[in-house]
Amino acid sequence: MKARIRITLKNGVLDPQGKAIQNALGGLGFKGVEEVRQGKYIEVDLAATDEAAARAEVERMCRELLANTVIEDYAFELAAS
Amino acid sequence: MKSSVIVFPGTNRERDVADVLAAVTGTAPKIVWHGDSEVPQSDLIVLPGGFSFGDYLRCGAMAAHSPIMRDVVAKAKAGVPVLGICNGFQILCETGLLPGVLQRNASLKFICKDVWLKVESTRTHFTGRYNQGEVAQMICAHGDGNYFADSATLDRLEGDGRVVFRYCDPAGNVTPEANANGAQRNIAGIADPTGRILGMMPHPENAAEALLGSIDGRKLFESVLAAA
Repeated sequence: MKARIRITLKNGVLDPQGKAIQNALGGLGFKGVEEVRQGKYIEVDLAATDEAAARAEVERMCRELLANTVIEDYAFELAAS
Repeated sequence: MKSSVIVFPGTNRERDVADVLAAVTGTAPKIVWHGDSEVPQSDLIVLPGGFSFGDYLRCGAMAAHSPIMRDVVAKAKAGVPVLGICNGFQILCETGLLPGVLQRNASLKFICKDVWLKVESTRTHFTGRYNQGEVAQMICAHGDGNYFADSATLDRLEGDGRVVFRYCDPAGNVTPEANANGAQRNIAGIADPTGRILGMMPHPENAAEALLGSIDGRKLFESVLAAA
């Protein structure tokens, strides 16, 4: 199974990198870019075949290491690999 | 006084802090590798600065889960004083021993310069030799030193007197201009409720010899010795 994990900054948490990207897009002439938020995308291949077990495991991975829940949210989907 | 300095792959300030500890305490610290499982009996554990694990994922995230950290956390909870400098502060936040997180500097630039810190609490294990409100000149060198915590956590830290250092100007004024990295409420260092765990972004170990431009950081280590 493959887990596709997205980690994003929580609302209200300053994202200086997103701001820099927004400014660069403006500099390239893209008009109307109202906000840019940068996050992370992580793929994890799992030996597990049971979806519920895989889900519980990825949940723990996110909480214990992949995301810092002080400033980040996470979401993931599972797919047969 | 016995001390231990923990080294992770990518740590680079362990010798700086070991030199100062040897000079101040008269005993060279034990250098402890991150893959070890136990810290020797110590009156101080230091998590030094650097770029542990190349700052992969998040600064300090990998180091926080190194084998040695289980024992560091256990000893910290048992009352052994722990000092986290720069990357060490980031690691302490990632382990949950200190609240909050160090984000990318608001300027997006790596900052390497002198900073001035207002000593906001002298009641910690690390600041007994300073005067309340004293201005200490130290050096900072980091890309991710922008302290963030939610406002309830910040209020609790302030209320409990756990904000230990704040960025200020040389005259001691805590201003937005003096805020090196965009840290909330100019926070440069915080302590746990017991005052025995301190995390700070600036480097006291690099401000402990006149040759380096400031000796204001030396008092931090003298405070530890006096409290040991």
